[in-house]
Amino acid sequence: MAKGDPGAATRSKRAAPRTRRAAATGEPELVQLLTPEGERIETALGPDGTEYRVDFTDDEYRGLYRDLVLVRKLDAEATALQRQGELGLWASLLGQEAAQVGSGRALRAQDMAFPTYREHGVLYCRGIDPIMPLGLFRGVDQGGWDPNEFKFNMYTIVIGAQTLHATGYAMGVAMDGKTGGEDGEAVIAYFGDGATSQGDVNEAFVWASVFNAPLVFFCQNNQYAISEPLERQTRVPLYRRAGGFGFPGVRVDGNDVLASYAVTRHALDTARNGQGPSLIEAYTYRMGAHTTSDDPTRYRIASEVEAWQAKDPIARMKAFLLKQQIVDESFFAEVDEQARTESVHLRERVLNMPDPQPVSMFDHVYPHGSAELDEQRARFSQYMESFEGSAH
Amino acid sequence: MATETLTLGKALNTGLRRALENDPKVVIMGEDVGKLGGVFRITDGLQKDFGDQRVIDTPLAESGIIGTAVGLAIRGFRPVCEIQFDGFVYPAYDQIVSQVAKMHYRSQGKVRIPMVIRIPYGGGIGAVEHHSESPEAYFAHTAGLKVVTCANPQDAYVMIQQAIASDDPIVFLEPKRRYWEKGPVDLDAPLADAYPLHSARVARPGTDATVLAYGPMVRTALDAATAAAEDGRELEVIDLRTLSPLDLTAAYESVKRTGRCVVVHEAPGNLGLGSEVAARITEECFYSLESPVLRVTGFDIPYPAARVEEEYLPDLDRVLDAVDRTFGW
Repeated sequence: MAKGDPGAATRSKRAAPRTRRAAATGEPELVQLLTPEGERIETALGPDGTEYRVDFTDDEYRGLYRDLVLVRKLDAEATALQRQGELGLWASLLGQEAAQVGSGRALRAQDMAFPTYREHGVLYCRGIDPIMPLGLFRGVDQGGWDPNEFKFNMYTIVIGAQTLHATGYAMGVAMDGKTGGEDGEAVIAYFGDGATSQGDVNEAFVWASVFNAPLVFFCQNNQYAISEPLERQTRVPLYRRAGGFGFPGVRVDGNDVLASYAVTRHALDTARNGQGPSLIEAYTYRMGAHTTSDDPTRYRIASEVEAWQAKDPIARMKAFLLKQQIVDESFFAEVDEQARTESVHLRERVLNMPDPQPVSMFDHVYPHGSAELDEQRARFSQYMESFEGSAH
Repeated sequence: MATETLTLGKALNTGLRRALENDPKVVIMGEDVGKLGGVFRITDGLQKDFGDQRVIDTPLAESGIIGTAVGLAIRGFRPVCEIQFDGFVYPAYDQIVSQVAKMHYRSQGKVRIPMVIRIPYGGGIGAVEHHSESPEAYFAHTAGLKVVTCANPQDAYVMIQQAIASDDPIVFLEPKRRYWEKGPVDLDAPLADAYPLHSARVARPGTDATVLAYGPMVRTALDAATAAAEDGRELEVIDLRTLSPLDLTAAYESVKRTGRCVVVHEAPGNLGLGSEVAARITEECFYSLESPVLRVTGFDIPYPAARVEEEYLPDLDRVLDAVDRTFGW
């Protein structure tokens, strides 16, 4: 604004709310509330004209930032533990923190989530001890949380299978009469871009649509299914698939925690109010490998990774907090220190995770056991005890 | 005692009705199960009386039927899924063996999947390809699932209710060629007093050789025993009823008495249930056996065209031939 502009003296900092129609960022129809430079957009318009906005207190902004940093740090710790041989495998969420924290914080207590094996950030938002998924990847258990207690289902490794479980659960919510108001329940199903090629995901779309299930399909399009780029899965933007199934779809900037929150909260509320399913495509990027077993330098070019680095979800939140003078530098140091402490704590606990007793492998095959299996267990126990000095 | 004569199909229908009445969390779901009452009419009249929220006509996708039932089960429902024909279960195979079977184990006991997967199975009705298969071994091989099959109307009526009441996921195989066969059904006997679900039963006592069969082959085995009796040979017929877990207690006891054993099933013999049964009986009854355990099964071919299925399916003569061979050793 030039000096002497007659409007300059009368404009307050927040007087002119910015509304941005989707597609303004250069990527098609991307709902965004926080630019990579940390600029706030007050209201964003979705493809169907829905207005998305958030109204957070400064404390809530700080909380979101803290979540992002913590889940990134815990994820980094798990990756390091895998590299040191303490975990058999790890599926990192690096780069997808905003999509997971934004959607995870948008869930209400009564909502149920069905994750893949990468939703460590959502798991964190559900209040589950972050050590829980590490047992699965260390091989000492299959993931130890109670899905009903935390409203967060078990990790599902078969691609897309959980979208059908989420759909059935959501049908059950509707059959229980738990939709139609603020206190209604909604369900969210997480999956990736690769999963959209699966029959189960397409069947879930059909079921959710024809039964008007209170369900949000949350696709984190991180651009790669192991080594296969998005172009190998689809020729149309993924969110547009929803139209063919009869429900709305929206693409959100998945590196923008505010937009991820706003879009998910709106879709969940729509579902809980009985207006049926919707599809969110969180447009993001997996900065690391698919899992610690693959080598992304074989299938990605460095310039692409760098371009996405510039859209980092934490950096933009940090820039925003500073620009708005919501925090000063000491806040970041304090959050970093907390993240460091928690990751050290996590490391210690992982190293102390005991191996299960071998005989426990026979547990929980059937709710009430079986005579056949009891006999196998007894024979196995006897065999183990036959070794001198055996503690089993 | 209200004993009625019902077909096996009607007995199943009556059992399903009872289950719907007794537990509001029971839901039936599948293709054409509503207005049509199923292609075999096993769910006839149920949607009319219980509504389309309890008896749900689903979209036409088997993985979807099973996968959504998993979600309903997690939610606290007790879904009873109908797969229209045996050969159509394969699109749902992944959901059944990777999800249904393993959820309880994966959750370390915190999640139960009390669902029933009903599959009309087996041949003998002159159907086209994919409508006459016996896929039991695929499911019996998967830990976490239980697999049962009924052979008469009384068992059909009781076992379907027991399966629905069970906390285990159960593959419930219905011998479709026996749907129209009649038998007495005690409709009033309390479920708690009924014969246990996961146990074999002696269908006909005998002394000279043991014939093990299940599902559609129980009738065949009983017919063979009647014919053998005319020749002065008393066959003991055991209806296995439960394929996973296998209950061979009665079989061991029987074979130790008779010294001879023939296992009969429609499915191809290679790695079929009969292989497992023969191996276990050999382990358990080795010193009592007068001859090897023999199998009478379908051949190791895809289910053939209907005009030759009578030659494919084990019949009375093939069972008797096998019995004769056990005496010729």
